[in-house]
Amino acid sequence: MTTKHQDTNLLKVENLHTGFFINNELHNAVAGVSFDVKRKEVVCVVGESGCGKSVMSLSIMKLLPEMNSKISDGEILFEGNDLVKKSDKQMRKVRGKDIAMIFQEPMTALNPVFTIGYQLQEVLFNHMKISKKAARERAIELLKEVGISRPERIIDEYPHQLSGGMRQRVMIAMAIAIHPKLLIADEPTTALDVTVQAQILDLLKDIQEKEDMAIMLITHDLGVVAEMADRVLVMYAGQIVESGVVTELFANPSHPYTESLLQSIPRMDEVTDKLNTIGGVVPSLENMPKVGCRFADRCPKAFGDCTKITPQLADVGNGHQTRCLLYDACYPDKTSKKEEVKQ
Amino acid sequence: MLKYSLRRILGMIPMLILISIVVFTLAKLMPGDALSGEIDPTNTNPEYIENMREKLGYNDPYYKQYIRWITDFAQGDFGKSVRYKTKVSSIIAEKLPNTIFLGVASLVITYILAFIMGIYAGRKPYTLGDHAIGGFNYFGLAIPSFVAGVFAIYLFSFKLGWFPSNGSVDIMVQEGTLEYWLSRIHHVILPALVLGMLSTASYTQFLRNDIIENSRKDFVRTAKAKGTSQSKIYNVHILRNSIIPLVTFLGFDIVSIIGGAVITETIFTYPGIGQLFLTSVQARDYSVLMAITMMFSCLVLVGNLVADILYGIVDPRIRLE
Repeated sequence: MTTKHQDTNLLKVENLHTGFFINNELHNAVAGVSFDVKRKEVVCVVGESGCGKSVMSLSIMKLLPEMNSKISDGEILFEGNDLVKKSDKQMRKVRGKDIAMIFQEPMTALNPVFTIGYQLQEVLFNHMKISKKAARERAIELLKEVGISRPERIIDEYPHQLSGGMRQRVMIAMAIAIHPKLLIADEPTTALDVTVQAQILDLLKDIQEKEDMAIMLITHDLGVVAEMADRVLVMYAGQIVESGVVTELFANPSHPYTESLLQSIPRMDEVTDKLNTIGGVVPSLENMPKVGCRFADRCPKAFGDCTKITPQLADVGNGHQTRCLLYDACYPDKTSKKEEVKQ
Repeated sequence: MLKYSLRRILGMIPMLILISIVVFTLAKLMPGDALSGEIDPTNTNPEYIENMREKLGYNDPYYKQYIRWITDFAQGDFGKSVRYKTKVSSIIAEKLPNTIFLGVASLVITYILAFIMGIYAGRKPYTLGDHAIGGFNYFGLAIPSFVAGVFAIYLFSFKLGWFPSNGSVDIMVQEGTLEYWLSRIHHVILPALVLGMLSTASYTQFLRNDIIENSRKDFVRTAKAKGTSQSKIYNVHILRNSIIPLVTFLGFDIVSIIGGAVITETIFTYPGIGQLFLTSVQARDYSVLMAITMMFSCLVLVGNLVADILYGIVDPRIRLE
């Protein structure tokens, strides 16, 4: 790998496996995910509930509880350094400084018994030598930056005195305090009102441009993807099933799952009685099929091979990668369709 | 806060009147009365006794007796003790400091032990240490204080000789000296430990469970994502949340400790309110009993108020209006 390549790739995740212990058995919620995030790029990760997108993002920060979960395989290279190998103490220097994170629930993500100012300044004290007075000034400045009016007053208030949108703004202020290179936003707008959602997304976009940081946005809202993303990763059952540039992926979805997802969006220009849905649910960790495509049960285009052969993620042209046996390239070990069928 | 407190204190008055009626009724329902304490015990002439009974108002209708008692009581005159032939207020004033000293010592021991054990167990749940603390606590919860008290005296006083088995101070030492206070502390440790055992056990388990619960909260993940160290997360973020329910117990403790002291003080023959209460029951010393019962009732009300005020102080989400 050339040094130039490492320069453009801020984050490179390689064959990541993260599992949970259920009855002392490790079940992978993230099963072999590989992708990269380039500098200043917005990558969206989409997928329905339970597909492993949150687990993946928490794995990158190593924030999963050590008691019942484990990164069992793979590498997470951040600027060339493997985060998987880092100790908790070393990770502390990465968290909040190089990689910051905001969460889905602004209502519970802030500590209810500390002031906004305390929680905001904490991240400053964690990563830099700064006087109390300077930290307070910086905190006010940050609140102003995320569009909070009267920051001098808000700084001494408690989370319960703020609305959901304001709390998410505070979370964003906390996240950008040390100018991180990557911001992981795990469904940052899901718990908010629609109008507030748009404001928060606009804010994230503004900040991304101003701070020159990359954003990895986890969402199940394809509308958000269309508005924000440069590139999209579609996840299903712990795997990436399709990835590509956003415009290309929306125009020509290659995986049946992506197709179904796109068809499930209600459209203003069509009159339909019923909203398209994908039948069934994501298989649970214990019931994950060992062989074959994980989407086969619910796939409208499934055929014989789908339950017998495990597809690979492969290039199908136009910067598109997909994991579906409808494409020859996805057969493992380059075996052709016919040979497999004979066996 | 001040306005709230004042309103609450005013609200206590009808409650206290109601309690006083109950206390008075119960005292009147008990056999005998305090007459013999107020007359010449050597004069057994039935005519004299009947005269005195009439003169001292024991033949008045109950409501008149009640009004007389409550008026005196409100003015600080708790009556005369049958047994000691002196003012009830001076008897209580003599014993109260001992009980307060015992109560405070017990609270301090309870909080120190509960915090140390609770924080440890909460931080390392389901480990050997946690299970040991848990086992110790269930032991503490299961053993009644009179058994624990007797056992503690047997082990620590008779066998090991570490602590004295009775009294509140060594009678040989001069009052007011450092030695005197050391002796008092030496005397109070064992009963305080026994008295605080139950609350230590429940506080420890409570703190442990609350720490475990809070450590799974979203704000812990946020703090971690900011790069906050594990020890700071536990000692600042989680503990600050977990002390909220604990601090409010302090108000109720004021009552339970003084109430619980009845048994402990008797076992350790520690001269406090609890022991006074029990001996007064045995001697049918009504005026003392009524005064102590009223005092306990007041403490319950005050304790509740303290708990509510503390709640408002430690939890910013609660504003007392």
